[in-house]
Amino acid sequence: MSVDPAPSIRPGETLALRELPTFDLDTFRRNLCDGVRRGQRVLALFGQPTGDAGATGETGLRLFLVLADAESGTFSLQSTEVGDRYPSLTLDCTAVHWFEREIAEQWGVVPDGHPWLKPVRFHRSYRPPRDAWSRPEGQPIMPSVTDFFRVEGPEIHEVAVGPVHAGVIEPGHFRFQCHGEHVFHLEISLGFQHRGVERALIGGPDKRTIHYMETLAGDTTIGHTSAYCQAVEALAGCRAPLRAEAIRGIALELERLANHTGDLGALAGDVGFLPTLSFNGRLRGDYLNATALICGSRFGRGLVRPGGVAFDLDAERIKTLIERLEPALEDTAGSLKVLWQSLSVQARFENTGTVSKALCDELGLVGMAARACGAYRDARHDFPHGIFRFTQIPISTCPSGDVFARAYVRGMEVQRSGNFVLEQLRMLASGPTTAPMGPMARESVAVSLVEGWRGEICHVAITNGEGHFAHYKVIDPSFHNWIGLAMSLRDQQISDFPLCNKSFNLSYCGHDL
Amino acid sequence: MFNIIAERSRQGHQTSTYPLTAPKVSDRFRGLPVIDATKCEDGCRACAEACPTEAITADVKSLSLDLGRCLFCTDCTQACPTGAINYTPEYRLAVRNREDLVLDGRPIELAHELDERTRRLFGRSLKLRQVSAGGCNGCEADVNVLTTLVFDLGRFGIDFVASPRHADGLLITGPVTDNMKYALEKTYEAVPAPKIVIAVGACAISGGPYIGHSVVNNGADRVVPVDLYVPGCPPNPWTILDGLLRLLGRLEGPTKDLAAPVANETSAK
Repeated sequence: MSVDPAPSIRPGETLALRELPTFDLDTFRRNLCDGVRRGQRVLALFGQPTGDAGATGETGLRLFLVLADAESGTFSLQSTEVGDRYPSLTLDCTAVHWFEREIAEQWGVVPDGHPWLKPVRFHRSYRPPRDAWSRPEGQPIMPSVTDFFRVEGPEIHEVAVGPVHAGVIEPGHFRFQCHGEHVFHLEISLGFQHRGVERALIGGPDKRTIHYMETLAGDTTIGHTSAYCQAVEALAGCRAPLRAEAIRGIALELERLANHTGDLGALAGDVGFLPTLSFNGRLRGDYLNATALICGSRFGRGLVRPGGVAFDLDAERIKTLIERLEPALEDTAGSLKVLWQSLSVQARFENTGTVSKALCDELGLVGMAARACGAYRDARHDFPHGIFRFTQIPISTCPSGDVFARAYVRGMEVQRSGNFVLEQLRMLASGPTTAPMGPMARESVAVSLVEGWRGEICHVAITNGEGHFAHYKVIDPSFHNWIGLAMSLRDQQISDFPLCNKSFNLSYCGHDL
Repeated sequence: MFNIIAERSRQGHQTSTYPLTAPKVSDRFRGLPVIDATKCEDGCRACAEACPTEAITADVKSLSLDLGRCLFCTDCTQACPTGAINYTPEYRLAVRNREDLVLDGRPIELAHELDERTRRLFGRSLKLRQVSAGGCNGCEADVNVLTTLVFDLGRFGIDFVASPRHADGLLITGPVTDNMKYALEKTYEAVPAPKIVIAVGACAISGGPYIGHSVVNNGADRVVPVDLYVPGCPPNPWTILDGLLRLLGRLEGPTKDLAAPVANETSAK
C-alpha cells in the first residue's frame, strides 16, 4: 500500500501525468474521506479508460480525484484503478454521489452500494456493451424513464413537471411527492440538453473547441471560456498579459451583474413584487449591453481567447462604459432598496427553501448558494488567478440558507462586482491584450477554477503524447448544486417551487453538456 | 409605497421607440456579413478552413456563407488575408426559407409576411410556446428579454404562454437533442392548427456548434416544419423582434426598409 501524499498544484500550474500517483482503492478512499473531513472539497471525480481500447474494447478505468484545499490555495490530484464494479465511495463521502452516478453512466461500471444509482444524462455508455444497469444494446434510452423515489400512503400524490416548462426556460423533469400543498421530497431528473460536448473535446483543441466552451452554458460564456483559457494557458506555459486578465475580470463581473440583477428581478416577480421585476429586466440588459460594447456580443462571445482577449478597450470606450455603468448601478441599488424595504417580499423570502450549513457542506454545494448558507467559499478569494491575484473582492455571505439569503448574497455581490468593474475600468493596466500560445505540454494535467456567477467552474484538461486533449472534464457549478435545490424543497409548499428554483437558477445545459 | 413611486419616477420611462425609430446596437455588433468574392485570391480557402461550423463554401472566385450555420464569430474575418468577409451592424436577418440564409453576394431575401388567412388570425395576437431543445440559454435569454419593458413584446400582441394548448405556434431553440426530440414532437402535436414554428439561433436552424454530433438532430426543421428562421449565436433581441414583426406584417417605415441606414451606438453619440 502506498503512503505517498497526493501532489498539489496551484491554479495556473500543471502536473506531469507520471507524477500523478495511482493508489489502491482503500488508500484513495481514505485520502478522499480524510481530505473532506479536514475541510477540503471535491472539485472533480471522473473516469478515463486506461490503455488502448483496441478491437476488443477491453480497458480498465482510472478514476481521477481533484480535491481543493482552500487554506493553502492548492488542488491535490490522485487516481485509482477500478474494474467493472467497486465498492461505492458515496457511502463514505456524500459529496461524490452525483459524480459516481456520472461515472457509472459514462463507463458502465457499478459502484456497489451506491444509495441511489441512476443515470444523470440518459445516454449510452462510452464503453459499450458495458452498462451499469444492464440495459440491452438495441433498446433506446429514454430520458427520465427510470425509478423515482416514491412516498406511499393515503392522500399522497405525485406531481410531475417538465421537460417542457411553463416559462422560457431549459428542459428538465421534476417529481414532487406531495401531501396537498406540502412537499415531502423533490427529485430532479436531467439530461434533456445532452449534446455530447465532452466526447467532442477529445483530440482537441480544434476550431470548434472555443465555441463549445462559449456554449457549455450560454449565460456563463465568460466563466467557462476563462476556465478553459486558464487550463490551456497553464499547459502551454503561456501567461496572459495583465491587461487581458483585467478585461476578462471585468467581463466576468459584468456577467455576474447581469445574471444576479435579472434573477433578483425574477425573484421579485415570483412573489408578485412588480417594481423590481420591471426595473431589473431593463437593468440586466444594460449590463449585457456593456459586454456588447466591449466585444459586440451581449453574452461575451468572441472575447476570451487562449492567450488573452480578442477585443481591447480604448480610452473613449472606457469612458462610455463608465458613463453607462454608473447610472445602471445606481438604478440597481434603488431597485433593490425598494425590494428589501418591502415587508411582503421579506415575508415570502425568509424561511423559504432553507438549506443548512451542515447539509451544504455534506453535499459539497458551491458558489452563491453555499455562501448563502454561511460558507466562506469563493474561488476568486481561495484560488485567485488572473486579475484576482492583484485585487480582492470581499466574500459575500449570509447565514440563513433560505431564499432571502440567496437573494441577499446576490444583492451584495451586485454592489461589490459593480465597484470592481468601475475600479478596473478607471485604472486599466496598460500593455498588450494577447500573448503567443505555444504547444501544450504532453502527458500533463491542468486544473482551472473560476468563480462564475452561479459558483465555481472547474475544468480539468489531460493531454496525450501529442499534446492534445486525451480527456477534458467540465464541472459546472450546477453539477454540485442541483441536489441543493432538491433538498431546499423539503417540507415546503409546492407553490414555492418557482421561488426556490429561481433563487438557485441552475444551468441545465451546463449540467447536461 | 411612496418609495416605490419615487424610484419609478427617478428611473423614468425606459421603453424603446422602436419600431418608429431604428434600434441602437453596439458598434462592435456583428450583424449581416457582406461577402465580396472579387477580393478572393485564387485558390484561397482560408475562411472556409477557419469556420468552426463549415458555414463557408469557397471556390474559385465564388464565396458563399450560410447564415443558418454562422456563429457570427470572428474566425473567418481574422483568417481572410484580403478582407473579403466583413460584418455590418445590420440586425435584420430573419427569413422564411432555409435556402435564403445562404449568402452569395446578392441582397438577403428577408422574411415576407404570412399568407392573408394566417395573418388575419395571428397578426394582432400571437401566442407562442417556447421549447428549448438543447439550447445553451443564450437564445432563451434573448427571447425572454423581449418581454421586459425595453422591448415590451406585449404591445405588439405577442406573448409566451405556459401551455402548447394555448399557443398559436412554437418558438424553438437548440439543436434538438435526441433526449428532447420526443418532447418537441409531442409539444408540436399539442398546438392546435393552424400553427407556425419559429427557429431561433444557429442551433435550431442547423445544429450550430453541435452540427453532426451523434446525439443531436441538426436543427428544428429535421423534426417539424419551420416558418421563420432567425439566425445568430444567439441572435440579438432586435433581430428576433424584427423577425416576429416581419412575419406578422407589422413593420413600416424606417425599420422595414433594408436600405435605411442602421444607427450604431458610438457613431450616434
